[in-house]
Amino acid sequence: MLNVGKIEEGFVLDHIQAGKSLSIYHQLGLDKLDNTVAIIKNARSGKTGKKDILKVEVDIDTLNLDVLAFIDHNITVNVIKDGEIVEKKRLVLPKEIRDIIHCHNPRCITSIEQGLPQIFYLADEKREIYRCKYCDEKYRKRDGEL
Amino acid sequence: MNELRHLMTPLDFTVDELDRLFDKADDIKSHLASYAHSCDGRILATCFYEPSTRTRLSFETAMLRLGGKVIGFADASSSSASKGESVADTIRVISCFADICAMRHPKEGAAMVAAARSGIPVINAGDGGHQHPTQTLTDLLTIRSLHGELGNFTIGLCGDLKFGRTVHSLIHALARYSGIRFIFISPPELKVPDYITEMLKSRNIPFEEVIRLDDVIPSLDLLYMTRVQRERFFNEEDYVRLKDFYILDKEKLSRAKSTMHVLHPLPRVNEISVDVDDDPRAAYFPQVQYGLFVRMALILTLLDLTDEHMNHGLLKW
Repeated sequence: MLNVGKIEEGFVLDHIQAGKSLSIYHQLGLDKLDNTVAIIKNARSGKTGKKDILKVEVDIDTLNLDVLAFIDHNITVNVIKDGEIVEKKRLVLPKEIRDIIHCHNPRCITSIEQGLPQIFYLADEKREIYRCKYCDEKYRKRDGEL
Repeated sequence: MNELRHLMTPLDFTVDELDRLFDKADDIKSHLASYAHSCDGRILATCFYEPSTRTRLSFETAMLRLGGKVIGFADASSSSASKGESVADTIRVISCFADICAMRHPKEGAAMVAAARSGIPVINAGDGGHQHPTQTLTDLLTIRSLHGELGNFTIGLCGDLKFGRTVHSLIHALARYSGIRFIFISPPELKVPDYITEMLKSRNIPFEEVIRLDDVIPSLDLLYMTRVQRERFFNEEDYVRLKDFYILDKEKLSRAKSTMHVLHPLPRVNEISVDVDDDPRAAYFPQVQYGLFVRMALILTLLDLTDEHMNHGLLKW
C-alpha cells in the first residue's frame, strides 16, 4: 500500500469520487499554487470501493467551498492544523454560483452579450438542479466540465 | 422616491399587486377618456429587436392613449445592435431619452440584462421562447373580467403545451389562485413538460391530461386554445391523424357550456374556425383589448402614477 505523509497546515479533501481528483485540482485552481499538493487516485474506500483524495498544504480560506459543493457536496473537507484534523466542514449546495459554469443555451443572452457574469441558481435542491438566471435553462454537464 | 420596478416575469408581482393592477385596468376600461393625459410629457421607448406587430402596437397605443409619446425601433437592423452594441449599453442610452422601455429581444434573458443596467423601468415584451409577461397579464385580466374572478373554474389548455411559452406562464400564474382545475388537451408529443405537472402535484392542484378536446369540452369554464404546428410532430402521419382533435369549430363548441369563454393568444391560423368568431363565447378579440388596458395600467404602475388623485383627469402636475 502506498503511503503519503501527513500535512501540517492545510486541508484534505476526502471521499472524492474515483477519477475526479485531477478535474477538481484544476477547477479549484490548485495548479496555480506553489504549495505542496498530493493527488491520491483510486485509494481504497470501505464505502465505495475506490476514492480519490487531495491533500493541499495551503490555508483553507483559499478554497472556494461553493465550487467544491457544486462539484460534489459529498466530499469531506478536513481542516488540518499542526498535523491534526481540527475541523470537518460539511458542504452544502450553494444557492447561487457565479462564473463557474456556462449556459449552453444558444438562445440565452449570455451567448452574445459581452461581460455578463454567468449566474446559476439552485432551482431544485433535492434533485440538485441549477438553472441559468437569465434564461432558466437547466444546467447539463458536458464532457470535460464540472 | 419609490424603488425602480421592472416587469420580467408575471410572478414579479404579488397576487395583491396584480389585483391592484387589474383594478386599475378595469377603471381605465370604464373611464378611458379620463386617462387621456395621465402620461402627458412621458415617453415610452419600444425597443423591438425582432418584429412583433401586435405587442408593439399594443404598447404604443397604450402610451398614446395615456397622453404620452413613443420612440423606438421595430427590428434590430434599424438599431445600433446592428453595429454590435450590447443590450446593456443600448438601455443606458435609452434611459437618457425615455421614461420607460418595453423591450422585445430574440435572446432569452435580454430584458433582465437591460433591467440590471437601466435607469428607467423596463418591461419584458418577450425574450425569445422564455417569458412574455404582458401576455400572461392580458390572459389573467381577460379571465378575471369574463369569469368574474381568478379562481373557482375549470380551464382547458389545448394544443401545443410543450413549447408554448404563453401556456407555461399562464399555468404558473394561475397556480397562485385557489379552486382552479387544469385540463391539458394535447397530442402525446406535445404534452405539458414534467416540471409543470410536478409543480402542480407538489401544490395539490388538480389536473388531468387528455388527448381529445371533444372528450372534455362540456366540463370547461374556460378554453385556452393554442396552435398545433405541423413541424412539431415527429411524422406527417401523426399530424394528419391528430390535428382535427385540436381545431375548435362550431360543432365542438355546441357541446360546451353556454358560459364558457374561448381565449387564444393570437395569431390564430386554423385552430379556431372562423365560424366560431361570431359566437358570444369567442373572447380572443376582446382579449386583445384587455391587453391594451393592462399595458396602460402597467405603464402607470411602473411609472408610479397610480395615486388615487391621478384618476379621472386630476393630474398632479
